[in-house]
Amino acid sequence: MKNEYDVVVIGAGPAGSITAKTAAEKGLSVLLIEKRQEIGDPVRCAEGVSKVWLRKHIEPDHRWICADVKGSRIFAPDGTMIEMAEEIAGGEVGYVLERKIFDRALAYEASKAGADVMVKTRATDLIIENNFIKGVKVSHLGQSYDIKAKIVIGADGVESKVGRWAGIDTAIKPADIETCAQYLMSGTGIDQNYCYFYLGNDVAPAGYVWIFPKGNDMANVGIGIMGNKSGNGKHAIDYLNDFVNDKYPDAKILEVDVGGVPVCGSIEKTIANGLMLVGDAARQSDPITGGGIINAMEAGKIAGEVAYNAISKGDVSANALNEYEIKWRETIGREIDNSLIVKDTFVKFTDKELNSLGHSLEGVNFSSMSLIELLYALFKANKKLLWDLRILFKNVVKYELDFER
Amino acid sequence: MVTINVNKFKCGYCGACVSVCPAGALELVETWIEVNELCTSCGICAKICPVGAIEVKK
Ligand SMILES: Cc1cc2nc3c(=O)[nH]c(=O)nc-3n(C[C@H](O)[C@H](O)[C@H](O)COP(=O)(O)OP(=O)(O)OC[C@H]3O[C@@H](n4cnc5c(N)ncnc54)[C@H](O)[C@@H]3O)c2cc1C
Ligand code: SF4
Ligand code: SF4
Repeated sequence: MKNEYDVVVIGAGPAGSITAKTAAEKGLSVLLIEKRQEIGDPVRCAEGVSKVWLRKHIEPDHRWICADVKGSRIFAPDGTMIEMAEEIAGGEVGYVLERKIFDRALAYEASKAGADVMVKTRATDLIIENNFIKGVKVSHLGQSYDIKAKIVIGADGVESKVGRWAGIDTAIKPADIETCAQYLMSGTGIDQNYCYFYLGNDVAPAGYVWIFPKGNDMANVGIGIMGNKSGNGKHAIDYLNDFVNDKYPDAKILEVDVGGVPVCGSIEKTIANGLMLVGDAARQSDPITGGGIINAMEAGKIAGEVAYNAISKGDVSANALNEYEIKWRETIGREIDNSLIVKDTFVKFTDKELNSLGHSLEGVNFSSMSLIELLYALFKANKKLLWDLRILFKNVVKYELDFER
Repeated sequence: MVTINVNKFKCGYCGACVSVCPAGALELVETWIEVNELCTSCGICAKICPVGAIEVKK
């Protein structure tokens, strides 16, 4: 470890590794730090990702792909099933990853591009001089070090502290977080070609249950409920236990994963003098699906490029870094904002309304996995219920959004 | 005064509690949660913890 770099990236998740890789490829000196001793572990994810978007950042590798998904099956509270299956040859839908290996593969990409990587190294504070972030204080194996940097990247995930240290309030309100619990199970007997989703306020208040295939006879069976519905004697894990006891009493639990996903939509600010926030630290996960891997990688790529531009010009002020703010808001930001409209509409629905939406889609044949296609069909059949969504369709047409991540 | 109690046997070290603490009183260090004196006993962390590992001492 040197004590001075162009860029120090805090957190080796997908956001941090892609930022570090991009900046290092451009020729900057980069340090990527991760507080855990094992990158990617413990997992806080259902591990589903869109194939097309993934390929933009890394060549798929059988070592970290567990399942190749052809479609989704969504269940309304009364059991009505809506099936969305990709019928085009080859089934270009999604992968279910092994994130323990995937996250490390991304960190390897960063190291290959020239970045230094340090694990068991936790950022404890920022070095701030004259209102400019000038580096980070880290703790490595219990020893403290100061590391100078022209730009610091906060890629420290849901629990992010970096933004707060820089004066950006990233605290999430209970209604803006999905609190989640998941078991990796064997013996559920699900069809390995499909992702399953169960809706309903009894099973998952203002959230959903997911079952994602993990290869052989394994699956991630998880649940997310809205933070403000949690507590009062029942937490996400209790809902998960109810579901599993009911549906798969004989399946076996091989792993427990828990976590929180920000579903607050775009935050006001993701930059400061000498600093950018990326990924979950910038609350860039999708408010409907809770998906954040692709957005984290997209933001990381933009941040790495902007870091290079700013350092080349010798200006790392918030003014110069505004290029990042503009670019991510024009791309992933638009989709996040639109997803927020959808989320705000759907969390209000009663089970009866969800059933009625389900019935209106029964028998509809979806030729692709597009969420927007599904929403459009729903809207057509339930104009009154989904009136709040009409603005969304205007935006989709205007900006050609695709909602497929 | 330390005002919350984290059951380390239940905790899945996910950091969800850290993300919602308005006071910034929590930190996830490897596999345990640390609480500092900024805690106001608001109870938000206990509410959102996915496994119910947090108890707030009033
Ligand atoms: C239960 C659950 C299910 C999910 N399912 C999906 C899904 O199916 N598909 C999908 O796309 N997304 C999913 N997500 C969201 C996805 O996991 C996140 O959006 C994604 O991991 C964000 O990447 P990131 O790099 O921003 O943060 P993370 O992957 O969280 O990485 C942040 C890293 O920073 C490290 N760190 C934190 N603080 C410090 C510090 N002070 N010093 C050094 N290092 C630090 C952490 O240890 C961590 O390794 C899910 C999330 C949860 C909780
Ligand atoms: S939210 Fe609960 S499980 Fe997660 S780190 Fe905090 S105490 Fe542990
Ligand atoms: S009780 Fe409130 S202030 Fe105290 S640690 Fe929990 S969330 Fe933070």
